[in-house]
Amino acid sequence: MRHTMKVAAVMSVAALTLAACGDSGNDPGTSGSSSSTTKKSGLKVGMAYDVGGRGDQSFNDSAAAGLDKAKSELGVDTKEAAAVNGENEAAREERLQQLVDADYTHVVAVGFAYAAAVGKVAKANPDVHFAIVDDASDDSKGPNVDQITFAENEGSFLVGAAAAMKSKTGHIGFVGGVNVPLIKKFEAGYIAGAKAVNPAIKVDSQYLTQPPDFSGFGDPAKGKTAADGMYQKGADVVYHAAGGSGGGVFTAAKAAGKLAIGVDSDQALTAPADVRSVIMTSMIKKVDVAVYDFIKSAADGKEKTGNNIYDLKAGGVDYSTTGGAIDDIKAKLDDYKAKIIAGEIKVPVTP
Amino acid sequence: MKSLNVRRILMSLAAPVLALVVAFVVTSLVLVAVGDPVGEVWKTILAVPKPRQGVNIINAASVFYISAIAVAVGFRMNLFNIGVDGQYRVAVFAAAVFAGQGWLPGWLNIIVSILIAMVAGGLWASIAAYLKVKRGVSEVISTIMLNAIATGVVSWLLLKVADRKEGSNSIETKTIPDSSQLEGFKLIPGATNRVYTLLILAVLVGLLYWFVLGKTRFGFDLRATGRSETAAVASGVKVPRMVVTAMIASGALAGLVGMPLLFGQDHNYGTTFQSGLGFAGIGIALLGRNNAVGIAFGALLWAFLDVQSNALQIQAGVAQELVNIIQGVILFAVVIAYELIRRADKRIEQSRVASELAAQRRAAPATEGAPA
Repeated sequence: MRHTMKVAAVMSVAALTLAACGDSGNDPGTSGSSSSTTKKSGLKVGMAYDVGGRGDQSFNDSAAAGLDKAKSELGVDTKEAAAVNGENEAAREERLQQLVDADYTHVVAVGFAYAAAVGKVAKANPDVHFAIVDDASDDSKGPNVDQITFAENEGSFLVGAAAAMKSKTGHIGFVGGVNVPLIKKFEAGYIAGAKAVNPAIKVDSQYLTQPPDFSGFGDPAKGKTAADGMYQKGADVVYHAAGGSGGGVFTAAKAAGKLAIGVDSDQALTAPADVRSVIMTSMIKKVDVAVYDFIKSAADGKEKTGNNIYDLKAGGVDYSTTGGAIDDIKAKLDDYKAKIIAGEIKVPVTP
Repeated sequence: MKSLNVRRILMSLAAPVLALVVAFVVTSLVLVAVGDPVGEVWKTILAVPKPRQGVNIINAASVFYISAIAVAVGFRMNLFNIGVDGQYRVAVFAAAVFAGQGWLPGWLNIIVSILIAMVAGGLWASIAAYLKVKRGVSEVISTIMLNAIATGVVSWLLLKVADRKEGSNSIETKTIPDSSQLEGFKLIPGATNRVYTLLILAVLVGLLYWFVLGKTRFGFDLRATGRSETAAVASGVKVPRMVVTAMIASGALAGLVGMPLLFGQDHNYGTTFQSGLGFAGIGIALLGRNNAVGIAFGALLWAFLDVQSNALQIQAGVAQELVNIIQGVILFAVVIAYELIRRADKRIEQSRVASELAAQRRAAPATEGAPA
């Protein structure tokens, strides 16, 4: 017993000393974190990411790119925080409120999980402006909320059409990360686009996980298994809307000597160099543009509110041409694009 | 006798305090090793919570508490119910679907939904109980598997019944009617949010646990089975029946875990509902030594760390997951500390008895000589 007490005493003393060291060592210089040399707009932008945060090479990174652009071009002060997997609703509200408490005048919430939290915190802080990505529900609606949504179905229509034009077997595939309505929108557009080119085309669809298991957005092994199966059954182009799992789809395409289509960003530029050659095009969802728009409008004194839909017309979604694999069909795709913008083609949102 | 009690209290406090100190030191060392601001981190975590955060701590703790008690019921009988996590999700889903229909008015809807949750949780746990009693399958294995199955079943059913709101990308059950949404108590002055009304549920569960396990024949049998199965059998306890009862009781309590969240906050079950509560409960039950009061402190500590960690990214620029390291180290340390303290306690007890015996022996020769 005496021994145990001695150990405890030594440990507590050590701990206290350590804490004291930490305090004295860190006090100077922690405040006033930004010392950028660019012109200051006086805006302070806080960003709350979805699970994964900056560095997920997908959705969150796209939002981060918009923030980085605003930081370098408009000189705004920024602060970032990411969600924890499986967290409580109160934790999301708390994160937004903490950003407000730290005097951030504009708060961007990335991902529909924040919908209810944004609605609540925006109501409690009418002087602060909020943006939410991927939600346009009543939950997040408010006079100080910019609801950012994308017409993923329209962009997916174009890559679906491209897949059908490039397919030699008349058989293509779709790999969705998690079976949620948002990803169904990608699938719906893709199928519609493919059928517009070739009404007899065969489309295999597969979702990697079912909610609340969201691992389908970050598990390349699952993506590879699904895509392997499709290529073996005769598909020669596979489109993925599976975030980080998409890497597995590209690996499978490379191994099978077939083609794949990327998502969210121009993946022929962002994917690992060895698989870039199989990515014939990507459906680009410009979260970065939407985030930058929100901050830029605020800097110009015109706050964005209401549901802002980033569709083909607004340039919020598009297809990429990096690599030149679809240069020969670009004219046909642009024709479809014009028809969608003109309203001649209505793209469904559910498959 | 009185001094013994004081000693016992000190002894039982020594382990958690020791564990906290160890966690503090280890976490600090981790922070130093990766070059994060140690002082800033502790200043953020140990800051006095704002009223709003105080409410969040109490709310989170009440949910953790129910989960830990559900686990503790099994622990007391040497049953490791790892399945609280799956049981609470099955239960809250069943309750959310029923409550969302709004077939019954106000409180009646809430009470019936809570009963449905208990039945659902109990039924899900009874699968593991049946497998253990009839087939000899370890409950550790079966409950872990049932957790995975629960995830699959619930998400499949959720897609069937999902109520899609206009413009929303989340899938959730139908929101429960306003009359069955609980507003909560204004317990902390100055807070904009409220404490869950179903905090009452946590208090009731705690009282029930303390009473049934400590004061009834059933509780005695349960604890006896946990201490020594052979002794329990010898004294006439039907062990298989105890296993089934304890497992189902544990599952029924697990069914209550999501209730404060469902009626006080989320108002539906969907993709954004809090997960992992069952696993937090295992840690907290361990920390609180399966004691109703001990678990309350454990739950508050866990909730405190969880809520305070939210500011880490914003104030100190350190990932919020750091708090998982703290919690993990606390658990490790507390298990080791309990064992150290138990041994130390035994040694003190032995030396005390030995010195008393020696004193008796010293006194004995005198009395022996007296009659002569």
